[in-house]
Amino acid sequence: MARSALTGTRIRERRTALHLRQADIARSVGISPAYLNLIEHNRRRVSDALLEKLATALGMEAVALSEGVEGALFDGLREAAAGAETGGEGSAELERIEEFVGRFPGWAGVVAERQKRVADLERVVETYAERMAQDPFLLASLHEVISAVTSLRSTAAILVETEDIEPDWNRRFLATIHEESLRLSDSAEALVGYLDEEEQAETGLASPQEQVEAWLESRNWHLPELETAQPPVPDRLIDGVAELASGAARKLALAHIGRAGQDARALPMVALSRALAQHGADPVAIAAQFGVPVPVAFRRLAALPEGTANLPPLGLVVCDGSGTLTFRRPVAGFSLPRFGAACPLWPLFEALARPMQPVRMLADMAGRVPQRFLSYAYCETTMTGGFDGPVLREAMMLILPAPEEAQGMTRRAIGSSCRICPRAECAGRREPSIMGTG
Amino acid sequence: MANQHVLLIEDEPNIAEAIRFILMRAGWTVSIREDGAEALSAIDALMPDAVILDLMLPGRSGIEILTLLRARPEYAALPVLMLTARGQARDREAAERAGVSAFLPKPFSNAEVLDVLNRIVAHAESTPDA
Repeated sequence: MARSALTGTRIRERRTALHLRQADIARSVGISPAYLNLIEHNRRRVSDALLEKLATALGMEAVALSEGVEGALFDGLREAAAGAETGGEGSAELERIEEFVGRFPGWAGVVAERQKRVADLERVVETYAERMAQDPFLLASLHEVISAVTSLRSTAAILVETEDIEPDWNRRFLATIHEESLRLSDSAEALVGYLDEEEQAETGLASPQEQVEAWLESRNWHLPELETAQPPVPDRLIDGVAELASGAARKLALAHIGRAGQDARALPMVALSRALAQHGADPVAIAAQFGVPVPVAFRRLAALPEGTANLPPLGLVVCDGSGTLTFRRPVAGFSLPRFGAACPLWPLFEALARPMQPVRMLADMAGRVPQRFLSYAYCETTMTGGFDGPVLREAMMLILPAPEEAQGMTRRAIGSSCRICPRAECAGRREPSIMGTG
Repeated sequence: MANQHVLLIEDEPNIAEAIRFILMRAGWTVSIREDGAEALSAIDALMPDAVILDLMLPGRSGIEILTLLRARPEYAALPVLMLTARGQARDREAAERAGVSAFLPKPFSNAEVLDVLNRIVAHAESTPDA
């Protein structure tokens, strides 16, 4: 069974939620309380056999402890249930989701994968529908085609149906048919060429942002080429990259590389590693030590590969002034919405409302076994046109596992998005949840 | 429907010419304007019995022209047939809200244009307020 790095955290959360003592659980599964303590702090791997025993003792399915009910599999199943309910296809037994995954992991995986595929295809349809409705080239091309067809239809009908047509009109209408035929041919050719080009350029299944994120994930979120004294030109880094299938994605990737390169020069790897050992992944402390803007420290931390010394598993989300997520490096257990808006209670949005003021708090991600994270959020502003120009905001949030010593900090209960969040009484709720009360 | 006058506001010259031919053969007098900006002054000058109006026009859109037209009491009941290359529901709704008499999406048949025009003119004539 695949084991998440946070399995121990889930065991601890579940145990404390049930008000059970460590010693009692340890005894019931035949291990020492000290060993259970190490497991609960993710310092010992749990064997499959022991996980089964712990799951039984805690009244959960082992897979829920292993993956976490906030995992992608569970999210996929919840989305599938939500889709079925919205489409009037019946209600799934959400309260038995852990049992389903535990008893039929294969089927659960298939359903979750099919849901992902459905969501991808829905996204393609939405993209094409939006393009059909708003793409100026398509609209102009279709207008040309319909106008030419209308003219041809009327003119041809006149020639066929008017037996006594005057020779002058006859000549004019024949010339019209010739002219409109050429126009139709040109318009259709241009339209087909445009659609062919779009089909080749777009993967269809991912937005440009998702393509960039997929590329960065394939690089383990790290571009070592930018850490050298003479980094290559940005285009070389994306040459032939399969994930960056569209022109828009390549543009975004180049912008990302440009900014990442500047960040690397401002805060080189050697200095960052030293600071990480000294301060941990605290972006404000790191920024202060090296006199760099706080966002540079956020981005530099999120540009380090998993497994870097002193670097816990971390995620980063960035949003613009509208709250739209413009960058997502996920971290296990902190569910990021793929489509639609995120939970409005994320510290990210608090930072967005309070530019230039660092926000640090514990964030309890909703779920049957809530997971606690330490979040650092910050919003920077850019003045694009002096006093008269708009001030742009960009907020970012680092997501880290909550360390023991942080337990006294301000806490906030959050979710992923309203749709799959079980917090029924949440003050920030935008729409009803498909989940039961939590 | 002889001796009646229709103003056709259409920026596609070949479509305008085909419609003109059909309507002339049916006894209509047809005037044509290609620019939406000229529409209202042409209506004032020509006082047509009906207007055929394209939706997408240079200068001023068909919806805009219709809205301005209906704001004037003397044109409240003037029969207006709107043509459009975009037969989408939202265009139809916008035209209906603006007070169109009838709506014909392109491509249309010649018979449809003539039938609809005759119908809206007959309806206007049979309405006491017209």
